[in-house]
Amino acid sequence: MKVRDLFENIVLAWGAMKANKLRSFLTILGVFIGVAAVIGMVAIVQGLNKSMAEQIESLGSNAIFVSRYKPGISINGHNEEERNRKRLTVEDAIAIKEFCPSVEAVSPSKSWWQYPDGNHAKYRNYEVSRPELSGVTPDYQIVYNLILQQGRFFNEMDMFYRTYTVVLGADVAEGLFPHEDPIGKIIMVNKGKFSVIGVAEERKSLLGKSMDNYLLIPLSTYEKIYPGDEGVWIGVQAKNNSLMDEAIDEMTELLRRRRGVPYDKPNDFAIFTQEAFMDIYRQITSAIYLVMIVISSIALLVGGVGVMNIMLVSVKERTREIGIRKAIGARRRDILWQFLVEAMAMTGSGGLLGIAFGLSVAMIINATTPLAATVSIPSMVIGFSFSVGVGLFFGIYPATRAAKLDPIEALRYE
Amino acid sequence: MLIETRDLWKTYVMGTETVHALRGVSIQVERGEYLAIMGPSGSGKSTLMNLIGCLDTASRGEYILNDRAVSGMNDDELAFVRNKEIGFVFQTFNLLPRATALHNVELPLIYNGTGAKERLEGAKAALSAVDLADRMNHKPNELSGGQRQRVAIARALVNNPSIILADEPTGNLDTATSEEIMDVFEKLHERGNTVIVVTHEQDIADCTQRIIYLRDGAVEKEVVK
Ligand SMILES: Nc1ncnc2c1ncn2[C@@H]1O[C@H](COP(=O)(O)OP(=O)(O)OP(=O)(O)O)[C@@H](O)[C@H]1O
Ligand SMILES: [Mg+2]
Repeated sequence: MKVRDLFENIVLAWGAMKANKLRSFLTILGVFIGVAAVIGMVAIVQGLNKSMAEQIESLGSNAIFVSRYKPGISINGHNEEERNRKRLTVEDAIAIKEFCPSVEAVSPSKSWWQYPDGNHAKYRNYEVSRPELSGVTPDYQIVYNLILQQGRFFNEMDMFYRTYTVVLGADVAEGLFPHEDPIGKIIMVNKGKFSVIGVAEERKSLLGKSMDNYLLIPLSTYEKIYPGDEGVWIGVQAKNNSLMDEAIDEMTELLRRRRGVPYDKPNDFAIFTQEAFMDIYRQITSAIYLVMIVISSIALLVGGVGVMNIMLVSVKERTREIGIRKAIGARRRDILWQFLVEAMAMTGSGGLLGIAFGLSVAMIINATTPLAATVSIPSMVIGFSFSVGVGLFFGIYPATRAAKLDPIEALRYE
Repeated sequence: MLIETRDLWKTYVMGTETVHALRGVSIQVERGEYLAIMGPSGSGKSTLMNLIGCLDTASRGEYILNDRAVSGMNDDELAFVRNKEIGFVFQTFNLLPRATALHNVELPLIYNGTGAKERLEGAKAALSAVDLADRMNHKPNELSGGQRQRVAIARALVNNPSIILADEPTGNLDTATSEEIMDVFEKLHERGNTVIVVTHEQDIADCTQRIIYLRDGAVEKEVVK
């Protein structure tokens, strides 16, 4: 089929669709929904991707984490062996720093959640609710790339003397000290009095949830106030990017020895990098994608069957037209293409409408939520191609039927 | 010789019954002839026209059009002949209802790949030849019966076919309009076209040079004037 014939056929198809506006619209509804779902979901997921990636990257690309379990999504929860694992201790962290030459900084930390409704921070009449409260060491600043806008971070003296000092997240500082300089002020954290020594810079928010509602205190002080044997979360910074693998090996070796893991048993702890978080995230998004693909496949399939049905009706209704065309010299393939293009034009416009709708949904999300929904050109191209493909596939049978009609019988059809 | 049929048979099998619509029709038509086919209802006139117009193929016998045997042609070749050699005019006009007169007339040109510009010119010329230049952009339902039939004739003309076939072209028209249409055929004949008209009306047949009478699927007699 030549380009000119294609154009001719598209004009014809447009005319046919216009002649049956409502019917055409209902027919392409399935395709419309399918494509809109794909475009919209892809936009949202990609928006998520972007903010997730930024968040995870902000941890620092050469950060390594040690914990009892590998992070991830598990349906069964932990097994017997996992539940019996020893906790990681501050001593483990100290040992890592001491004996692993590729390691630059080690940050053990613990977090507290005040029963029953979270932590409180108070300064005069100002109050901040539910800030995260963590006990950290001086290395925390290095491992988590924490930048202070004011004051200083903890030092070894704070650790040694278990000082009641606190570093505020940007939101907390804003909430407690809207008009004052926070440095040197005494605030109440849960039931203790703490002196503010530093204020952190704002961090990027994650999906609109601010990441700045937190308080940091020295880990030694934390352990005094909240004694308990809950494990520590250990963040480690390698000396540089190329030493990551060595650092991991050294730590694995050390921890296996310290925890007495027999040589023929697997690790009873987990060491992972930010990649692991990305992996979890990818697991989630691929699940979303899967659901999306299933939904839109069903929609496209239903849409396709609808198109086939309507095309069969259309062929029947236009039997006489087909007869006329054949009588004046249309070949089988002319008729075939006419109806194929009509089916494709129908589903293709469904696809275009779907793309437009998906785009506007993405734009509305962009404007009204912190999520940066991004519509990618490939997803639009794929959405459009699929919708046209559905028309082609489901149009073949009706179009073949039209093409095979006998001219005399078609002309005689009432 | 433009058309020659040799012993054409057309047989329809319907269940146990077989209907012989044509029983050995042999006719010859010269280029430029103006011919009528008459006969009672059911005598096989339309069947014969459809065979001559390559819309249908014979059950038996030979049909030679322009020195080419139509009998052995495949679907695409038949479509090509219909497009190039034959202009068909039907009793019920058979125009595309949604298309304008101009587009209806353009249609045969679309199927032989004529460029858009030539197509437009050709279609306009054909419409002018039937005095409808001023109704080009009307749709069939905005035209009178006679005008519709003239659009159909313009469509039949547009490709400069070897033959124009008309199966009861005035069957749906009143007497005055019928005369108008017959004038058009007369004019076409004078221009050198070969025209074959099927009709029930003697005075219409009388306009032609020769009348072939069919009865029960066979040629009963021929009258030459
Ligand atoms: N598709 C068909 N199936 C079965 N029989 C057919 C078919 N087409 C035509 N016939 C039969 O063939 C015979 C000739 O029909 P045809 O239409 O050629 O007659 P006609 O001379 O054109 O009649 P009219 O003047 O009424 O148009 C009739 O008996 C008709 O019933
Ligand atoms: Mg007839």
